[in-house]
Amino acid sequence: MLAVRDRQDKAAFAQLFKHFAPRIKAFLMKSGTDAALAEECAQDVMATLWQKAHLFDASRASVATWVFTIARNRRIDVARRARRPEPEVLDWGPVDEPDQAEIYEAAQDTQRLVAAMAALPAAQKALIQRAFYGDLSHSEIATETGLPLGTIKSRIRLALERLRQTMS
Amino acid sequence: MTIRHHLSDPLLMAYAAGTLPEAFGLVVATHVSLCDDCRARMAGFDAVGGAVVESADAVALSDGCLEAVMARLGAQDTAAAVPARGAVPAPLADYIGSDFAGVKWRALGMGVRQAILPTAKGATARLLYIPAGQAVPDHGHRGTELTLVLQGAFRDASDRFGPGDLEIATEADEHTPIAEAGTDCICLAATDAPLRFTGLVPRMLQPLFRI
Repeated sequence: MLAVRDRQDKAAFAQLFKHFAPRIKAFLMKSGTDAALAEECAQDVMATLWQKAHLFDASRASVATWVFTIARNRRIDVARRARRPEPEVLDWGPVDEPDQAEIYEAAQDTQRLVAAMAALPAAQKALIQRAFYGDLSHSEIATETGLPLGTIKSRIRLALERLRQTMS
Repeated sequence: MTIRHHLSDPLLMAYAAGTLPEAFGLVVATHVSLCDDCRARMAGFDAVGGAVVESADAVALSDGCLEAVMARLGAQDTAAAVPARGAVPAPLADYIGSDFAGVKWRALGMGVRQAILPTAKGATARLLYIPAGQAVPDHGHRGTELTLVLQGAFRDASDRFGPGDLEIATEADEHTPIAEAGTDCICLAATDAPLRFTGLVPRMLQPLFRI
């Protein structure tokens, strides 16, 4: 992804496409989209990933997480034609010296969560998937996911504290 | 700003999943804009979405799918997103402008005012203006009501809610919030059902004012 962002590397983009496009299509089909539209949207999502590559911040989120957020927003555009209010954008400042340890940790988030989800009881795992496929309302979502989200929260919280210090 | 009342996990997860009605999404996005703690928790739920996509069983694509996208790739964007800086948090500013001066209020009586915001069906969002020291008419709820304090503070029987604090009220809650003395209180409220007031006159006014 960094090659796509920093060098507009189309071969690297093709690799990302081969990994993610079939998964985005699967995700959208699970969300109730028919196969043809799901594939069209997967193409749109990957084209957006290319076009908006400069917004990808490897120290905050993994590529999979970033792909998910683009796919989610595309699904909302297509299915509901409603707005999704987005939080205020933060100015993280110059990213000339990205913290390699943070980039590594963010990339690991997805692997850790995939492993943790695989280890959950089937019913609990199914509830999480259904929530993200859009099958559950907020009042149907269980409070306890059973997933280790504390490390992600701590890392982002620390980054936000640093940001607020440099802003003040 | 010390925020003591936060978003619940189900609300954050539904927001990350993209399933909240627009009015609730507006309250969530506005609270997250004010609250670093909930912004960090939101990142956790976005990551769960990433893991759901990553672990999806890949579905075969049509021939030429990649080539069609490759042919579309043009120049990448370069402009950074510009953070907004105003009295009103950015997601709310998209609906009412960057300060409260331009809000078209409607009087509800006793100095209480409201402005209903244009959102998609499923839930309604409105701004509430409660003069300092004034009570909001006693009301219970059907469904869920989210109330986010933007200015001033209010109290109900159990707690105090100041700027950035979010009250999540459900069916069981019957309460009379009172704006604190000092500063007039402005809240962003969203509900997925009409409120019902327990006083006779407010109940008669309800169909007129959509409160």
